[in-house]
Amino acid sequence: MSTEMGQQSIRCMVAKVGLDGHDRGAHVVSRAFRDAGFEVIYSGLHKAPEEIVQAAVQEDVDVLGISILSGAHDTLIPKIMDGLEEYGAKADTLVLAGGVIPEEDREELKAAGVAAIFGPGTSIEETVEFVRENAPDR
Amino acid sequence: MTFLSMFDDQELDDIRQQQTEWEENTLEPTLEAHGERKDRFGTVSNHEVDRLYTPDDIADVDFDEDIGFPGEPPYTRGPYPTMYRGRTWTMRQFAGFGTAEETNERFHYLIDEGQTGLSTAFDMPSLMGLDSDHRMSEGEVGKEGVAVDTLRDMEILFDGIDIGEVSTSFTINPSAAVIYAMYIALADQQGVPREEIRGTLQNDMLKEFIAQREWVIPPEPSLDIVTDTIEFAVDETPKFHPVSISGYHIREAGSTAVQEAAFTLADGFAYVEDCLDRGLDVDEFGPQLSFFFNCHNSIFEEIAKFRASRRVYARVMEEWYDAEKPESKRMKFHTQTAGQSLTAQQPLNNIARVTIQALAAVFGGTQSLHTNSFDEALALPSEKAVRVALRTQQIISEESGAADIVDPMGGSFAIEKLTNELEAEIMAYLEEIREMGDGSIRDGVLEGIDRGYFHREIGEASYEYQQRVERGEEVVVGVNEFTIEEDTSPDILEVDETTRDRQLDRLEHVKDERDDAEVDATLEALSDAIENDENVMPSIIDAVKAYATMGEIMQVFEDHHGAYQENITPV
Repeated sequence: MSTEMGQQSIRCMVAKVGLDGHDRGAHVVSRAFRDAGFEVIYSGLHKAPEEIVQAAVQEDVDVLGISILSGAHDTLIPKIMDGLEEYGAKADTLVLAGGVIPEEDREELKAAGVAAIFGPGTSIEETVEFVRENAPDR
Repeated sequence: MTFLSMFDDQELDDIRQQQTEWEENTLEPTLEAHGERKDRFGTVSNHEVDRLYTPDDIADVDFDEDIGFPGEPPYTRGPYPTMYRGRTWTMRQFAGFGTAEETNERFHYLIDEGQTGLSTAFDMPSLMGLDSDHRMSEGEVGKEGVAVDTLRDMEILFDGIDIGEVSTSFTINPSAAVIYAMYIALADQQGVPREEIRGTLQNDMLKEFIAQREWVIPPEPSLDIVTDTIEFAVDETPKFHPVSISGYHIREAGSTAVQEAAFTLADGFAYVEDCLDRGLDVDEFGPQLSFFFNCHNSIFEEIAKFRASRRVYARVMEEWYDAEKPESKRMKFHTQTAGQSLTAQQPLNNIARVTIQALAAVFGGTQSLHTNSFDEALALPSEKAVRVALRTQQIISEESGAADIVDPMGGSFAIEKLTNELEAEIMAYLEEIREMGDGSIRDGVLEGIDRGYFHREIGEASYEYQQRVERGEEVVVGVNEFTIEEDTSPDILEVDETTRDRQLDRLEHVKDERDDAEVDATLEALSDAIENDENVMPSIIDAVKAYATMGEIMQVFEDHHGAYQENITPV
């Protein structure tokens, strides 16, 4: 596929992991990414970490945004990071996390390779800008 | 019937004349000199409000037909004649406490303190009908609530508690029928007659597909199970509310106030129609239905929402479904303050938000109320925050005087006008949904779920709101205005990491001890009941008594109907 601007759009997957069904934020972010000109794939609800890893690898996404509000982030997100590593996709995927994630847990997630964590009240603009500036070159 | 206008024509003419003069002589010079803060003023749902309301705005209100008296149709002013002067609303705080043992300990404490209403929060796997040893349960067992795999967990949960003496609320949906069966099995064990058990099962599957998004099997067979529980409750547990028709989650998903009320009422009428199709009598099951709403920041819109919802319910139950008993037309509801309105920034500000919302719910005539804790946008609530939330209700009840006058906002030009406007908008949605179902609300709701109609309507409202916030048109104090640099690290509630292991041990132990042949036989019988379109409740009760697990029971339904796959519409 060719683009006249000579620049490929950023491919993003917005993913819901685990049993948590709070998807308002995931949908708002998906729409905002689309409005910003990114290609957006939504995982759907109730996905296991390995399902998300497989989808992200198959779709060859640049950005993986994981939304979680259930408190199970400390178990589920590291599993996704390990999975990406296994497929050799960790280095060229910008992983973001969004939702209710206490400050105390953030260092650990960042150490596992999550590039940024966006808590409640983050503006759409801030998230979009972060992706624009940090998405890996294709 | 005579039209009982609140003002006669001559008076209205005089008022209109005076208003014109006021606009010319008093208002215009001020507007010219100073203007107003905005060109347009709207609620959090973007419903435009006027500068001023006068008798002219409610000239077409019929006092008797539209407003009337509390405890009488159309119940605009409240379901009961004395409201909180008789008894204040039930302060029902919902919270989860890890294992069955810990929750049981908490229940005993609350009962000793004189509380008779218990509220049970389940962990995510239990809510989704999965056992603790399921692959998807990892990381979620015992978090945010109690894990229930078998009747053994429920026995521990209610150990030493006479369930004939308490009322228990179960916040659970796709697997609600299993929990209901376990509670009945407990009553049988304790020798409590089934007709004596009291409580509420949330069990509102339609709103799950619309908003909260917990499900196992597709919408139509899910609705069948809900109707089975209603039918069973009418026959065997008349003091137990088998369904709590919920708008809370619809609002939390980002809907407007009107959408919350309209979609919730539509769900309610869908259950009514499904029961009528079964040949049930509306005046038998009608009184057992109850509702659950959200309460957001826009005080006047929220009060109008509650009043309009009661009025619509009374009218529709009578006009569309031929309800005759007052109890079938009288809407009763629980309210929870809006979780999504809480900010992670400057969390103490949330106490002010919760107070405003709780006050609106009380002015709106709620029967029970949960106030959120100020730290909920950061983590699970701390004990201190939970106490402040309860004290907020007590201050409103004991100190503010809000509980001393029935429907104190009734008769306000603004409130009556907004109530009329919201009623009209709610009815427009109900008609649209009925249209989608070719004259049936039930079919309209199922069609709307299938087409992604509700998801789209709510998604648009939610995105539109977020954009208003980003443009600064909606001020969120501490987020896009009045911000500070701060450290908001909350006191973290420790989740016991051994919970999962203990739960898995117990599950394994139960499986070792039970009679597998009996389990298989009861699950087979359940399968036959589904196959033959019989009410599934008796078979589920037999299965839980044989210590079949929740996952095994839900799997029987899944084997028949398949797992629900959301028809994901591209954003």
